[in-house]
Amino acid sequence: MSDVQEAITRVHHEEWARVVASLTRRFGDLDIAEEAAAEAFATAVERWPADGVPPNPGAWLTTTANRRAIDRIRRESKRDDKQKEAQMSYDEPPEPLGVIDDERLRLIFTCCHPALAMETRVALTLRMIGGLTVPEIARGFLVQETAMGQRITRAKAKIKAAKIPYRVPAAEDLPGRVSGVLAVLFLVFNEGYLATGPDTDPVRQELTAEAIRLTRLIRALLPDDGEVAGLLALMLLIEARRTARVSATGELISLRDQDRGAWDTALVAEGHRLVRERLATRQPPGRYQILAAINAVHTSARDAADTDWSQVVALYDQLVRVDRSPIVALNRAIAVAELDGPEVALATIDRLDDKLSGYHAYHAARADLLRRLGRSQESRAAYDAAIELAENTAEVAYLSRRRDQLVS
Amino acid sequence: MQYLISVIDNRTGSSTADEDAAIDAFNEQLVAGGHWVFAGGLSAPSDATVIDARGDGEPIFTDGPYLESKEHMAGFWVFEAPDLDVALKLAAAASKACNRRLEVRPFL
Repeated sequence: MSDVQEAITRVHHEEWARVVASLTRRFGDLDIAEEAAAEAFATAVERWPADGVPPNPGAWLTTTANRRAIDRIRRESKRDDKQKEAQMSYDEPPEPLGVIDDERLRLIFTCCHPALAMETRVALTLRMIGGLTVPEIARGFLVQETAMGQRITRAKAKIKAAKIPYRVPAAEDLPGRVSGVLAVLFLVFNEGYLATGPDTDPVRQELTAEAIRLTRLIRALLPDDGEVAGLLALMLLIEARRTARVSATGELISLRDQDRGAWDTALVAEGHRLVRERLATRQPPGRYQILAAINAVHTSARDAADTDWSQVVALYDQLVRVDRSPIVALNRAIAVAELDGPEVALATIDRLDDKLSGYHAYHAARADLLRRLGRSQESRAAYDAAIELAENTAEVAYLSRRRDQLVS
Repeated sequence: MQYLISVIDNRTGSSTADEDAAIDAFNEQLVAGGHWVFAGGLSAPSDATVIDARGDGEPIFTDGPYLESKEHMAGFWVFEAPDLDVALKLAAAASKACNRRLEVRPFL
Protein backbone atom coordinates (compact mmCIF):
# COMPACT_ATOMS: atom_id res chain seq x y z
CA MET A 1 0.00 0.00 0.00
CA SER A 2 1.37 3.44 -0.89
CA ASP A 3 1.91 6.09 1.77
CA VAL A 4 -1.05 8.09 0.49
CA GLN A 5 -3.36 5.07 0.54
CA GLU A 6 -2.24 4.29 4.08
CA ALA A 7 -2.88 7.89 5.06
CA ILE A 8 -6.37 7.75 3.54
CA THR A 9 -7.18 4.54 5.44
CA ARG A 10 -5.90 6.06 8.67
CA VAL A 11 -7.75 9.34 8.16
CA HIS A 12 -10.92 7.38 7.31
CA HIS A 13 -10.65 5.55 10.65
CA GLU A 14 -9.91 8.70 12.59
CA GLU A 15 -12.13 11.25 10.88
CA TRP A 16 -15.19 9.51 9.44
CA ALA A 17 -17.37 9.73 12.55
CA ARG A 18 -16.24 13.31 13.19
CA VAL A 19 -17.18 14.41 9.67
CA VAL A 20 -20.58 12.66 9.76
CA ALA A 21 -21.28 14.02 13.24
CA SER A 22 -20.37 17.61 12.43
CA LEU A 23 -22.46 17.56 9.25
CA THR A 24 -25.41 15.99 11.05
CA ARG A 25 -25.21 18.78 13.59
CA ARG A 26 -25.01 21.44 10.93
CA PHE A 27 -27.65 20.16 8.52
CA GLY A 28 -29.86 18.20 10.92
CA ASP A 29 -30.07 15.30 8.49
CA LEU A 30 -28.22 11.98 8.79
CA ASP A 31 -28.81 11.09 5.17
CA ILE A 32 -27.22 14.27 3.85
CA ALA A 33 -24.35 13.94 6.34
CA GLU A 34 -23.61 10.34 5.38
CA GLU A 35 -23.74 10.96 1.64
CA ALA A 36 -21.63 14.11 1.78
CA ALA A 37 -19.03 12.44 4.01
CA ALA A 38 -18.79 9.50 1.61
CA GLU A 39 -18.38 11.90 -1.33
CA ALA A 40 -15.66 13.84 0.51
CA PHE A 41 -13.67 10.66 1.14
CA ALA A 42 -14.14 9.61 -2.49
CA THR A 43 -12.76 13.00 -3.54
CA ALA A 44 -9.77 12.47 -1.23
CA VAL A 45 -9.08 9.10 -2.83
CA GLU A 46 -9.13 10.83 -6.23
CA ARG A 47 -7.13 13.92 -5.38
CA TRP A 48 -4.65 13.15 -2.60
CA PRO A 49 -2.40 10.82 -4.65
CA ALA A 50 -1.72 13.75 -7.03
CA ASP A 51 -2.10 16.75 -4.70
CA GLY A 52 -0.60 15.18 -1.58
CA VAL A 53 -2.29 14.70 1.81
CA PRO A 54 -3.43 18.11 3.11
CA PRO A 55 -1.80 19.35 6.34
CA ASN A 56 -5.09 19.06 8.25
CA PRO A 57 -6.93 16.16 6.60
CA GLY A 58 -9.90 16.32 8.98
CA ALA A 59 -10.55 19.99 8.24
CA TRP A 60 -10.12 19.38 4.49
CA LEU A 61 -12.66 16.54 4.60
CA THR A 62 -15.17 18.51 6.67
CA THR A 63 -14.94 21.50 4.33
CA THR A 64 -15.27 19.31 1.23
CA ALA A 65 -18.20 17.41 2.75
CA ASN A 66 -19.89 20.68 3.76
CA ARG A 67 -19.67 21.91 0.15
CA ARG A 68 -21.13 18.65 -1.14
CA ALA A 69 -23.98 18.85 1.36
CA ILE A 70 -24.75 22.45 0.41
CA ASP A 71 -24.71 21.49 -3.29
CA ARG A 72 -27.21 18.73 -2.62
CA ILE A 73 -29.48 20.97 -0.55
CA ARG A 74 -29.42 23.64 -3.28
CA ARG A 75 -30.25 21.02 -5.89
CA GLU A 76 -33.11 19.70 -3.81
CA SER A 77 -34.43 23.04 -2.65
CA LYS A 78 -35.12 23.96 -6.25
CA ARG A 79 -37.57 21.08 -6.20
CA ASP A 80 -38.62 21.17 -2.57
CA ASP A 81 -39.23 24.21 -0.40
CA LYS A 82 -39.10 22.10 2.77
CA GLN A 83 -35.31 22.16 2.58
CA LYS A 84 -35.21 25.96 2.96
CA GLU A 85 -34.76 25.68 6.68
CA ALA A 86 -31.66 23.53 6.28
CA GLN A 87 -30.44 25.78 3.49
CA MET A 88 -30.44 28.76 5.85
CA SER A 89 -28.47 27.05 8.56
CA TYR A 90 -25.35 26.42 6.49
CA ASP A 91 -24.37 30.07 6.75
CA GLU A 92 -23.72 29.66 10.45
CA PRO A 93 -20.03 29.71 11.40
CA PRO A 94 -18.58 26.24 11.96
CA GLU A 95 -18.59 24.93 15.53
CA PRO A 96 -15.39 25.46 17.55
CA LEU A 97 -13.29 22.29 17.54
CA GLY A 98 -13.78 21.52 21.23
CA VAL A 99 -17.39 20.42 20.96
CA ILE A 100 -16.83 18.09 18.00
CA ASP A 101 -16.13 15.11 20.23
CA ASP A 102 -19.49 15.74 21.81
CA GLU A 103 -21.00 15.55 18.38
CA ARG A 104 -19.67 12.05 17.85
CA LEU A 105 -21.24 11.11 21.15
CA ARG A 106 -24.57 12.57 20.03
CA LEU A 107 -24.31 10.55 16.84
CA ILE A 108 -23.68 7.35 18.80
CA PHE A 109 -26.74 7.91 20.97
CA THR A 110 -28.90 8.60 17.92
CA CYS A 111 -27.69 5.42 16.16
CA CYS A 112 -28.26 3.31 19.31
CA HIS A 113 -31.67 4.80 20.13
CA PRO A 114 -33.99 2.38 21.95
CA ALA A 115 -36.83 3.11 19.48
CA LEU A 116 -34.77 1.35 16.77
CA ALA A 117 -34.58 -2.44 16.47
CA MET A 118 -31.34 -3.96 17.78
CA GLU A 119 -30.16 -5.13 14.34
CA THR A 120 -30.87 -1.64 13.00
CA ARG A 121 -28.82 -0.04 15.78
CA VAL A 122 -25.92 -2.34 14.96
CA ALA A 123 -26.09 -1.52 11.23
CA LEU A 124 -26.42 2.23 11.78
CA THR A 125 -23.57 2.34 14.30
CA LEU A 126 -21.22 0.47 11.97
CA ARG A 127 -22.17 2.75 9.06
CA MET A 128 -22.32 6.17 10.74
CA ILE A 129 -19.69 5.78 13.47
CA GLY A 130 -17.53 2.97 12.11
CA GLY A 131 -17.61 4.17 8.51
CA LEU A 132 -18.09 0.62 7.18
CA THR A 133 -19.77 0.48 3.78
CA VAL A 134 -23.17 -1.14 3.33
CA PRO A 135 -21.63 -4.17 1.51
CA GLU A 136 -19.12 -4.59 4.36
CA ILE A 137 -21.87 -4.55 6.99
CA ALA A 138 -24.02 -6.91 4.90
CA ARG A 139 -21.09 -9.35 4.68
CA GLY A 140 -20.44 -8.98 8.41
CA PHE A 141 -23.97 -10.13 9.25
CA LEU A 142 -24.54 -12.44 6.29
CA VAL A 143 -27.51 -10.59 4.85
CA GLN A 144 -28.14 -9.39 1.32
CA GLU A 145 -26.65 -6.02 0.46
CA THR A 146 -30.01 -4.67 -0.69
CA ALA A 147 -31.69 -5.77 2.55
CA MET A 148 -28.96 -4.11 4.61
CA GLY A 149 -29.22 -0.96 2.49
CA GLN A 150 -32.98 -0.86 3.05
CA ARG A 151 -32.56 -1.39 6.79
CA ILE A 152 -30.28 1.64 7.00
CA THR A 153 -32.48 3.75 4.72
CA ARG A 154 -35.60 2.94 6.77
CA ALA A 155 -33.74 3.77 9.99
CA LYS A 156 -32.67 7.16 8.65
CA ALA A 157 -36.26 7.83 7.56
CA LYS A 158 -37.60 6.93 11.02
CA ILE A 159 -35.01 9.10 12.78
CA LYS A 160 -36.12 12.02 10.64
CA ALA A 161 -39.90 11.42 10.70
CA ALA A 162 -40.19 10.55 14.40
CA LYS A 163 -37.61 13.18 15.32
CA ILE A 164 -35.24 10.94 17.22
CA PRO A 165 -33.07 13.62 18.84
CA TYR A 166 -29.42 14.26 18.12
CA ARG A 167 -28.10 14.87 21.59
CA VAL A 168 -26.46 13.33 24.61
CA PRO A 169 -29.24 12.11 26.95
CA ALA A 170 -29.92 13.87 30.26
CA ALA A 171 -27.86 12.68 33.24
CA GLU A 172 -30.76 10.64 34.68
CA ASP A 173 -31.20 8.72 31.41
CA LEU A 174 -27.49 8.36 30.67
CA PRO A 175 -26.68 5.03 32.42
CA GLY A 176 -29.54 3.25 30.63
CA ARG A 177 -28.67 4.74 27.26
CA VAL A 178 -24.93 4.03 27.64
CA SER A 179 -25.78 0.46 28.50
CA GLY A 180 -27.80 0.31 25.24
CA VAL A 181 -24.76 1.54 23.29
CA LEU A 182 -22.52 -1.03 24.99
CA ALA A 183 -24.99 -3.81 24.14
CA VAL A 184 -24.67 -2.87 20.45
CA LEU A 185 -20.87 -2.93 20.61
CA PHE A 186 -20.77 -6.21 22.53
CA LEU A 187 -23.09 -7.78 19.96
CA VAL A 188 -20.73 -6.72 17.15
CA PHE A 189 -17.79 -8.10 19.13
CA ASN A 190 -19.50 -11.41 19.87
CA GLU A 191 -20.48 -11.92 16.26
CA GLY A 192 -16.79 -11.54 15.43
CA TYR A 193 -15.57 -13.68 18.31
CA LEU A 194 -18.04 -16.53 17.79
CA ALA A 195 -19.11 -16.05 14.19
CA THR A 196 -22.28 -17.93 13.30
CA GLY A 197 -22.97 -19.77 10.08
CA PRO A 198 -21.51 -22.79 8.29
CA ASP A 199 -19.68 -20.80 5.60
CA THR A 200 -17.92 -18.18 7.70
CA ASP A 201 -14.54 -18.13 9.35
CA PRO A 202 -14.87 -19.14 13.02
CA VAL A 203 -13.42 -15.79 14.13
CA ARG A 204 -14.17 -12.61 12.19
CA GLN A 205 -11.34 -10.36 13.20
CA GLU A 206 -12.71 -7.37 11.28
CA LEU A 207 -15.75 -7.36 13.59
CA THR A 208 -13.86 -7.80 16.87
CA ALA A 209 -11.37 -5.13 15.81
CA GLU A 210 -14.14 -2.69 14.85
CA ALA A 211 -15.99 -3.30 18.13
CA ILE A 212 -12.81 -2.62 20.09
CA ARG A 213 -12.04 0.50 18.06
CA LEU A 214 -15.54 1.91 18.69
CA THR A 215 -15.42 1.01 22.38
CA ARG A 216 -12.08 2.82 22.65
CA LEU A 217 -13.75 5.84 21.07
CA ILE A 218 -16.60 5.75 23.61
CA ARG A 219 -14.09 5.29 26.39
CA ALA A 220 -12.28 8.44 25.20
CA LEU A 221 -15.61 10.32 25.17
CA LEU A 222 -16.88 8.94 28.53
CA PRO A 223 -13.66 8.29 30.49
CA ASP A 224 -15.38 8.09 33.89
CA ASP A 225 -17.97 5.48 32.95
CA GLY A 226 -17.10 2.23 34.71
CA GLU A 227 -19.06 -0.03 32.40
CA VAL A 228 -17.43 1.44 29.29
CA ALA A 229 -14.03 0.70 30.83
CA GLY A 230 -15.30 -2.74 31.85
CA LEU A 231 -16.50 -3.62 28.35
CA LEU A 232 -13.24 -2.44 26.80
CA ALA A 233 -11.23 -4.52 29.28
CA LEU A 234 -13.45 -7.54 28.63
CA MET A 235 -13.03 -7.25 24.85
CA LEU A 236 -9.25 -6.80 25.13
CA LEU A 237 -8.84 -9.83 27.42
CA ILE A 238 -10.88 -12.00 25.03
CA GLU A 239 -9.18 -10.60 21.93
CA ALA A 240 -5.77 -11.28 23.52
CA ARG A 241 -6.52 -15.03 23.29
CA ARG A 242 -7.83 -14.92 19.72
CA THR A 243 -4.94 -16.60 17.92
CA ALA A 244 -4.67 -19.29 20.61
CA ARG A 245 -8.40 -20.05 20.47
CA VAL A 246 -8.60 -21.83 17.10
CA SER A 247 -6.22 -24.58 15.94
CA ALA A 248 -4.54 -24.72 12.52
CA THR A 249 -7.22 -27.23 11.50
CA GLY A 250 -10.02 -24.82 12.47
CA GLU A 251 -11.00 -26.41 15.75
CA LEU A 252 -11.85 -24.46 18.89
CA ILE A 253 -9.25 -24.86 21.65
CA SER A 254 -10.71 -24.62 25.14
CA LEU A 255 -9.22 -22.18 27.64
CA ARG A 256 -7.70 -25.14 29.52
CA ASP A 257 -5.75 -26.35 26.48
CA GLN A 258 -4.70 -23.03 24.97
CA ASP A 259 -1.02 -22.22 24.46
CA ARG A 260 -0.80 -19.31 26.87
CA GLY A 261 2.47 -18.22 25.32
CA ALA A 262 0.49 -17.32 22.19
CA TRP A 263 -1.67 -14.79 24.03
CA ASP A 264 -1.15 -11.14 23.17
CA THR A 265 0.66 -9.85 26.25
CA ALA A 266 0.13 -6.17 25.36
CA LEU A 267 -3.66 -6.63 25.20
CA VAL A 268 -3.64 -8.68 28.42
CA ALA A 269 -1.64 -5.93 30.17
CA GLU A 270 -3.99 -3.21 28.92
CA GLY A 271 -7.05 -5.21 30.02
CA HIS A 272 -5.54 -5.83 33.46
CA ARG A 273 -4.69 -2.14 33.80
CA LEU A 274 -8.33 -1.19 33.12
CA VAL A 275 -9.64 -3.77 35.60
CA ARG A 276 -7.27 -2.46 38.29
CA GLU A 277 -8.27 1.12 37.50
CA ARG A 278 -11.94 0.22 38.10
CA LEU A 279 -11.17 -1.72 41.30
CA ALA A 280 -9.33 1.35 42.62
CA THR A 281 -12.48 3.50 42.29
CA ARG A 282 -14.25 1.26 44.84
CA GLN A 283 -17.52 1.90 43.04
CA PRO A 284 -19.87 -1.09 42.75
CA PRO A 285 -19.10 -2.76 39.41
CA GLY A 286 -21.66 -3.51 36.70
CA ARG A 287 -21.80 -6.71 34.67
CA TYR A 288 -19.10 -5.81 32.12
CA GLN A 289 -16.66 -4.89 34.89
CA ILE A 290 -17.32 -8.18 36.68
CA LEU A 291 -16.97 -10.16 33.44
CA ALA A 292 -13.70 -8.33 32.76
CA ALA A 293 -12.49 -9.19 36.28
CA ILE A 294 -13.31 -12.89 35.67
CA ASN A 295 -11.29 -12.76 32.45
CA ALA A 296 -8.49 -11.00 34.31
CA VAL A 297 -8.30 -13.94 36.74
CA HIS A 298 -8.08 -16.39 33.83
CA THR A 299 -5.43 -14.37 32.03
CA SER A 300 -3.37 -14.01 35.23
CA ALA A 301 -2.90 -17.77 35.57
CA ARG A 302 0.33 -19.22 34.15
CA ASP A 303 -1.53 -22.40 33.22
CA ALA A 304 -5.05 -23.78 33.65
CA ALA A 305 -4.14 -25.59 36.88
CA ASP A 306 -2.89 -22.31 38.34
CA THR A 307 -6.34 -20.64 37.94
CA ASP A 308 -7.75 -19.13 41.13
CA TRP A 309 -11.18 -20.80 40.85
CA SER A 310 -12.42 -19.59 44.22
CA GLN A 311 -11.88 -16.04 42.97
CA VAL A 312 -13.71 -16.87 39.72
CA VAL A 313 -16.68 -18.33 41.62
CA ALA A 314 -16.75 -15.34 43.99
CA LEU A 315 -16.92 -13.01 40.98
CA TYR A 316 -19.72 -15.10 39.44
CA ASP A 317 -21.59 -14.83 42.75
CA GLN A 318 -21.29 -11.07 42.39
CA LEU A 319 -22.40 -11.25 38.75
CA VAL A 320 -25.48 -13.31 39.60
CA ARG A 321 -26.61 -10.46 41.83
CA VAL A 322 -26.58 -7.90 38.98
CA ASP A 323 -27.49 -10.24 36.10
CA ARG A 324 -30.12 -12.90 36.75
CA SER A 325 -29.80 -14.46 33.31
CA PRO A 326 -29.66 -18.31 33.22
CA ILE A 327 -26.54 -18.05 31.03
CA VAL A 328 -24.70 -16.42 33.94
CA ALA A 329 -25.95 -19.22 36.21
CA LEU A 330 -24.62 -21.75 33.67
CA ASN A 331 -21.18 -20.15 33.55
CA ARG A 332 -21.07 -19.96 37.32
CA ALA A 333 -21.82 -23.69 37.52
CA ILE A 334 -18.98 -24.43 35.08
CA ALA A 335 -16.60 -22.60 37.45
CA VAL A 336 -18.11 -24.40 40.45
CA ALA A 337 -17.20 -27.72 38.80
CA GLU A 338 -13.52 -26.79 39.13
CA LEU A 339 -13.92 -25.99 42.80
CA ASP A 340 -16.53 -28.48 44.11
CA GLY A 341 -16.42 -31.16 41.42
CA PRO A 342 -18.59 -32.07 38.41
CA GLU A 343 -21.41 -33.66 40.39
CA VAL A 344 -22.32 -30.47 42.25
CA ALA A 345 -22.10 -28.46 39.02
CA LEU A 346 -24.25 -30.93 37.08
CA ALA A 347 -27.01 -30.75 39.69
CA THR A 348 -27.09 -26.96 39.28
CA ILE A 349 -26.99 -27.08 35.50
CA ASP A 350 -29.80 -29.65 35.26
CA ARG A 351 -32.07 -27.18 37.02
CA LEU A 352 -31.59 -24.75 34.10
CA ASP A 353 -32.99 -27.18 31.54
CA ASP A 354 -36.33 -25.43 30.96
CA LYS A 355 -34.61 -22.12 30.24
CA LEU A 356 -31.52 -23.24 28.32
CA SER A 357 -32.43 -26.42 26.45
CA GLY A 358 -32.21 -24.50 23.17
CA TYR A 359 -28.72 -23.16 23.88
CA HIS A 360 -25.72 -25.16 22.62
CA ALA A 361 -23.40 -24.13 25.48
CA TYR A 362 -25.82 -25.66 28.00
CA HIS A 363 -25.56 -29.07 26.32
CA ALA A 364 -21.81 -28.69 25.80
CA ALA A 365 -21.31 -27.99 29.52
CA ARG A 366 -23.49 -30.97 30.48
CA ALA A 367 -21.64 -33.21 28.03
CA ASP A 368 -18.30 -32.28 29.57
CA LEU A 369 -19.50 -32.83 33.16
CA LEU A 370 -21.12 -36.16 32.27
CA ARG A 371 -17.88 -37.22 30.55
CA ARG A 372 -15.90 -36.37 33.67
CA LEU A 373 -18.35 -38.43 35.73
CA GLY A 374 -17.84 -41.41 33.42
CA ARG A 375 -21.46 -41.33 32.20
CA SER A 376 -20.44 -41.80 28.55
CA GLN A 377 -23.81 -42.59 27.05
CA GLU A 378 -25.52 -39.52 28.49
CA SER A 379 -22.48 -37.46 27.60
CA ARG A 380 -22.70 -38.59 23.97
CA ALA A 381 -26.37 -37.58 23.79
CA ALA A 382 -25.53 -34.16 25.25
CA TYR A 383 -22.69 -33.68 22.74
CA ASP A 384 -25.13 -34.58 19.95
CA ALA A 385 -27.57 -31.93 21.19
CA ALA A 386 -24.79 -29.33 21.47
CA ILE A 387 -23.48 -30.06 17.96
CA GLU A 388 -27.01 -29.85 16.56
CA LEU A 389 -27.45 -26.35 18.06
CA ALA A 390 -23.93 -24.92 17.66
CA GLU A 391 -23.51 -22.43 14.83
CA ASN A 392 -19.78 -21.78 14.97
CA THR A 393 -17.69 -24.07 12.75
CA ALA A 394 -14.73 -24.26 15.15
CA GLU A 395 -17.02 -25.13 18.02
CA VAL A 396 -18.76 -27.88 16.01
CA ALA A 397 -15.34 -29.35 15.14
CA TYR A 398 -14.25 -29.28 18.81
CA LEU A 399 -17.49 -30.82 20.12
CA SER A 400 -17.45 -33.53 17.45
CA ARG A 401 -13.92 -34.59 18.36
CA ARG A 402 -14.73 -34.68 22.08
CA ARG A 403 -17.81 -36.80 21.36
CA ASP A 404 -15.86 -39.21 19.19
CA GLN A 405 -13.20 -39.62 21.92
CA LEU A 406 -15.77 -40.94 24.40
CA VAL A 407 -15.26 -44.53 25.42
CA SER A 408 -18.52 -46.33 24.90
CA MET B 1 -43.91 18.19 16.59
CA GLN B 2 -47.05 16.13 17.23
CA TYR B 3 -47.36 12.43 18.00
CA LEU B 4 -50.38 10.13 17.89
CA ILE B 5 -50.46 7.78 20.87
CA SER B 6 -52.78 4.84 20.23
CA VAL B 7 -54.05 2.80 23.15
CA ILE B 8 -53.89 -0.88 22.23
CA ASP B 9 -56.59 -3.12 23.70
CA ASN B 10 -58.73 -6.11 22.85
CA ARG B 11 -61.78 -4.60 24.51
CA THR B 12 -63.39 -1.17 24.55
CA GLY B 13 -64.48 1.01 27.45
CA SER B 14 -62.89 -1.47 29.82
CA SER B 15 -60.97 0.93 32.04
CA THR B 16 -61.43 0.62 35.79
CA ALA B 17 -62.18 3.53 38.13
CA ASP B 18 -58.56 3.51 39.31
CA GLU B 19 -57.31 3.66 35.72
CA ASP B 20 -59.69 6.51 34.92
CA ALA B 21 -58.41 8.48 37.92
CA ALA B 22 -54.79 7.86 36.89
CA ILE B 23 -55.58 8.97 33.32
CA ASP B 24 -57.20 12.19 34.61
CA ALA B 25 -54.15 12.95 36.75
CA PHE B 26 -51.84 12.24 33.81
CA ASN B 27 -53.89 14.49 31.54
CA GLU B 28 -53.59 17.35 34.03
CA GLN B 29 -49.81 16.93 33.89
CA LEU B 30 -49.95 16.96 30.08
CA VAL B 31 -51.83 20.26 30.12
CA ALA B 32 -49.51 21.77 32.75
CA GLY B 33 -46.42 20.74 30.72
CA GLY B 34 -47.83 22.19 27.48
CA HIS B 35 -47.99 18.74 25.83
CA TRP B 36 -51.77 18.41 25.61
CA VAL B 37 -53.35 18.56 22.16
CA PHE B 38 -56.27 16.15 22.29
CA ALA B 39 -57.34 12.80 23.72
CA GLY B 40 -60.34 10.56 23.65
CA GLY B 41 -61.67 7.05 24.09
CA LEU B 42 -63.25 5.23 21.14
CA SER B 43 -66.26 2.95 21.02
CA ALA B 44 -66.05 -0.64 19.76
CA PRO B 45 -64.61 -1.32 16.26
CA SER B 46 -67.92 -3.00 15.43
CA ASP B 47 -69.51 0.48 15.71
CA ALA B 48 -67.37 1.72 12.81
CA THR B 49 -68.52 2.39 9.24
CA VAL B 50 -66.18 2.40 6.24
CA ILE B 51 -66.98 4.98 3.53
CA ASP B 52 -65.72 4.86 -0.05
CA ALA B 53 -66.65 7.85 -2.23
CA ARG B 54 -63.72 7.54 -4.62
CA GLY B 55 -65.73 6.54 -7.72
CA ASP B 56 -68.29 8.52 -9.72
CA GLY B 57 -71.33 6.91 -8.16
CA GLU B 58 -72.93 7.18 -4.74
CA PRO B 59 -70.61 6.73 -1.67
CA ILE B 60 -70.48 3.12 -0.51
CA PHE B 61 -70.98 2.47 3.22
CA THR B 62 -69.71 -0.74 4.77
CA ASP B 63 -70.64 -1.81 8.26
CA GLY B 64 -67.67 -2.56 10.56
CA PRO B 65 -63.98 -1.59 10.78
CA TYR B 66 -61.60 -1.49 7.77
CA LEU B 67 -59.37 -3.98 9.50
CA GLU B 68 -60.43 -7.00 11.52
CA SER B 69 -57.92 -7.69 14.24
CA LYS B 70 -57.69 -9.13 17.71
CA GLU B 71 -56.35 -5.86 19.10
CA HIS B 72 -57.42 -2.40 18.07
CA MET B 73 -57.16 1.27 18.96
CA ALA B 74 -59.37 1.75 22.02
CA GLY B 75 -58.45 5.41 22.49
CA PHE B 76 -55.73 7.90 21.71
CA TRP B 77 -53.79 10.97 22.71
CA VAL B 78 -52.18 13.59 20.54
CA PHE B 79 -49.06 14.96 22.27
CA GLU B 80 -47.12 18.07 21.46
CA ALA B 81 -43.43 17.25 22.10
CA PRO B 82 -40.12 18.63 20.84
CA ASP B 83 -38.72 15.18 19.92
CA LEU B 84 -39.24 11.45 20.25
CA ASP B 85 -37.38 11.18 23.57
CA VAL B 86 -39.90 13.52 25.21
CA ALA B 87 -42.80 11.75 23.48
CA LEU B 88 -41.57 8.35 24.65
CA LYS B 89 -41.20 9.54 28.23
CA LEU B 90 -44.75 10.91 28.21
CA ALA B 91 -46.01 7.74 26.55
CA ALA B 92 -44.36 5.61 29.23
CA ALA B 93 -46.22 7.62 31.88
CA ALA B 94 -49.44 7.32 29.83
CA SER B 95 -49.04 3.55 29.54
CA LYS B 96 -48.64 3.32 33.31
CA ALA B 97 -51.68 5.55 33.87
CA CYS B 98 -54.06 3.72 31.55
CA ASN B 99 -52.47 0.33 32.18
CA ARG B 100 -52.39 -0.57 28.47
CA ARG B 101 -49.75 -0.93 25.74
CA LEU B 102 -49.37 2.11 23.52
CA GLU B 103 -48.08 2.89 20.05
CA VAL B 104 -46.33 6.21 19.37
CA ARG B 105 -46.46 7.46 15.80
CA PRO B 106 -45.31 10.84 14.54
CA PHE B 107 -47.49 13.11 12.43
CA LEU B 108 -46.03 14.10 9.08
